[in-house]
Amino acid sequence: MLDQTALAKEQLLKSKKVWTNGEVRGKIVVYACAYFMIFAAISIVIFLGFKGLQSFTKNGVSILEFLTGSTWKPADHSNPQYGAFPFIAGSLAVTLLSAFIAAPLGIGGAIFMTEIAPSWGKKLLQPVIELLVGIPSVVYGFIGLTVLVPFVRWTFGGLGFSLLSGMIVLSIMILPTITSIATDAFESLPNSLREGAYAVGATRWQTIRSVLIPAALPNLLTAVVLGMARAFGEALAVQMVIGNVKDLPHSLLDPSATLTTIITLSMGETTFGSSENNILWAMGLLLLLISFIFILLIRYLSSRRKIS
Amino acid sequence: MITALKKMVDIPDKSSLQLPVETILSVNNLEIFYGKKRAVNGVSMKIEKNAVTALIGPSGCGKSTFLRSINRMNDLIPGARAEGEIMYEGVNILSNTIDPVALRKEIGMVFQKPNPFPKSIYENIALALKFSGKRKKSLLDEIVEDSLKKAALWDEVKDRLHQSAMSLSGGQQQRLCIARAIAMKPAVLLLDEPTSALDPISNAKIEELIVELKKDYSIIIVTHNMQQAARISDQTAFFYCGDLIEYDLTKKIFNNPTEKKTKDYISGRFG
Amino acid sequence: MSARTADRIATVVFIAIALVIISVLAGLLSFVFINGMKHISVHFLTTPSSNLLAGGGIRDQLFNSFYILLITMIFTVPIGVGGGIYMAEYAKPGKVTNMIRSCIEVLASLPSIVIGMFGLLIFVTLTGWGYTIIGGSLALTVFNLPVIVRVTEDAIRSVPANQKEAGLALGVTHWHTIKTILLPSAFPAILTGAILAAGRVFGEAAALLFTAGQSTGRLDYTDWNPFSQNSPLNIFRPAETLAVHIWAVNTQGLIPDVKEVANGSAAVLVISVLIFNILARLIGRMIHRKVTAIK
Repeated sequence: MLDQTALAKEQLLKSKKVWTNGEVRGKIVVYACAYFMIFAAISIVIFLGFKGLQSFTKNGVSILEFLTGSTWKPADHSNPQYGAFPFIAGSLAVTLLSAFIAAPLGIGGAIFMTEIAPSWGKKLLQPVIELLVGIPSVVYGFIGLTVLVPFVRWTFGGLGFSLLSGMIVLSIMILPTITSIATDAFESLPNSLREGAYAVGATRWQTIRSVLIPAALPNLLTAVVLGMARAFGEALAVQMVIGNVKDLPHSLLDPSATLTTIITLSMGETTFGSSENNILWAMGLLLLLISFIFILLIRYLSSRRKIS
Repeated sequence: MITALKKMVDIPDKSSLQLPVETILSVNNLEIFYGKKRAVNGVSMKIEKNAVTALIGPSGCGKSTFLRSINRMNDLIPGARAEGEIMYEGVNILSNTIDPVALRKEIGMVFQKPNPFPKSIYENIALALKFSGKRKKSLLDEIVEDSLKKAALWDEVKDRLHQSAMSLSGGQQQRLCIARAIAMKPAVLLLDEPTSALDPISNAKIEELIVELKKDYSIIIVTHNMQQAARISDQTAFFYCGDLIEYDLTKKIFNNPTEKKTKDYISGRFG
Repeated sequence: MSARTADRIATVVFIAIALVIISVLAGLLSFVFINGMKHISVHFLTTPSSNLLAGGGIRDQLFNSFYILLITMIFTVPIGVGGGIYMAEYAKPGKVTNMIRSCIEVLASLPSIVIGMFGLLIFVTLTGWGYTIIGGSLALTVFNLPVIVRVTEDAIRSVPANQKEAGLALGVTHWHTIKTILLPSAFPAILTGAILAAGRVFGEAAALLFTAGQSTGRLDYTDWNPFSQNSPLNIFRPAETLAVHIWAVNTQGLIPDVKEVANGSAAVLVISVLIFNILARLIGRMIHRKVTAIK
């Protein structure tokens, strides 16, 4: 009797044999994979941070000039100027303008799928949205270049390469992002909201406008911000249609440039380590920082969502 | 060995006794918390070996929580915490030094909803056996057949052992889950409302099976169905709001309960 | 304006928006196919590209795209699935988990050009490899990893909890439960997600411009020794992918048939991505059928 108890005790106690059945090995592998994520993210921030600051630490570029100056002559050796403001402005302009177009379309599409035709609208529009997401950005750029640019030139005059073209290409690219998140937002609303509004005699439009949209607002804003983050970071599609001039645009029809397009264009044409190359890394760092701002914005919106 | 011992000292048949003769689990002042909320308040009871012990009581009264603490399934719930003792084979199974994986091989569990793996009938039983080191095909075949027979499922599935377990009916799936649990040769079998998701015929089959199984296993069953408790159990424990109100022979509980609360519940006045 | 009129107008507007979205896709696809199909030929797919002359094909670019995709997936899938398992099964609420979640979020929201710059800094300059397939694949790994982690985490979380309970209640260890019960059940969803992610990797260009480069050396398709200079399998050679090629010929191409090559390449690229999409969809439907067949 005593033997048996001792044996049972032995069996039930935590043993070190777990090594052999893979329990610990599996755990180590899985933990390593997870920690790799931290490693990757931190090394990106450190390396790009270090490299991006070289312009200011090594080449003596003033941060103020970089952010607010409007003359871009990094290759002028007698009097180099590093004003990246036109590109920052260009980036912000295309981002905001494309969100301006894509937000109503995307949210409208989401309302169509969830409220207007919930039975078949989603079946129809969902695959369309998924295919739009799937089309590579260079294809958007290429079509923009061959169709949109001549169209703009022909309709509005000018070169065709313009802020307008960039904004249209980007708005199509971010449309699926906004639509799919906005669709989730409307779908997650409890049906009691709709029933409550209909029960007091509201029409569908009144229900959408005064009940559903306000209730889904934080999620809809998240959708738009995610779309803007995508627009802000897009490089090649914009670069192919925007014209890439170094001056501040004055109208939608002026050609312009963004942070990403200047990096795309100049990275291969400057020598690694030179001051005109280093300033591009400063722009890269700026992109990184702004993508952090987008993350913070999205977090803020989702924390508001939890409270309400 | 135990039977031999019994014979030697000539312990009388337990049915003639009023109290459990041999205890498999002894619970001492068990308290279970979910975060700050206390779900089980200081429960003490001795569970009889080779008998069916039924836990009854209204929903949310802590009986499932209690059951799940016996094989440490509550470990899966973040914030769940147990205090007190559950003694099994001379050790407190709530202790940190106990390996829950080894414990669960000794104390098996069957859940409310049948949850076979989306694999073949054979694999459902063989999977856990393989992990506990039984890899020989002939041995596996033998255990699979044996446990399916014990679960009264063998005749229905012997020609399609390699078909998906998902093709079985709900009642068959639940008997497969029982077969799967007894294949591990546990000492204790925990059943968490095993028939509540089933039709009356499957229900009857499983009840029959439970009575049959107590020869080899100590069974603890949570049930909402008082007739079921009355039909199949030897001991019944009535839980209410996390307290163990009354624990006695089933006959006593259903015919002549001591506590007024038990009487009210049995007679359907609440719950 | 009465409420009913307003309601009707709104309905019309929403339908019009849906039509606009559908016609944008229809326009894009028909443009790509109508202009591109006539340039796709066996010759186009099997001839190397030319820098100056007309009549070049996309043989090497097509090969490079698939090869870089393959290597990227070899890196991403194990690490991503491991990370996903961690997030779904091992992560305890707390600082470390929050940190990992933030890092995944950071990786997911990095502009691809920034990933390309990171690749240029580390895999091209710091290592001294120059423009290479491996450098491009590692950059794309950074780009793809968060997607695979998320796909895996969602897939594992969507396995019914009672499956996990069943395994654990039988005394199967946590790791074995993951390996033999959770992962097989989650596998179809992970596969679908991975194929969709593959489509995204296949079309990516910005992260490759400065990592895998914008040119391909002469390739000898009879030489399959991955260590020899001209072997297509050599991972330490520069490689222009199809997506990069479309950008390059359009923006700096000198060949007289830029239009034809670009149209053909765009069509091949879009068709490839569509195939990835359709494949993922078919698998998704197959799973759906299998799940609904269960009583």
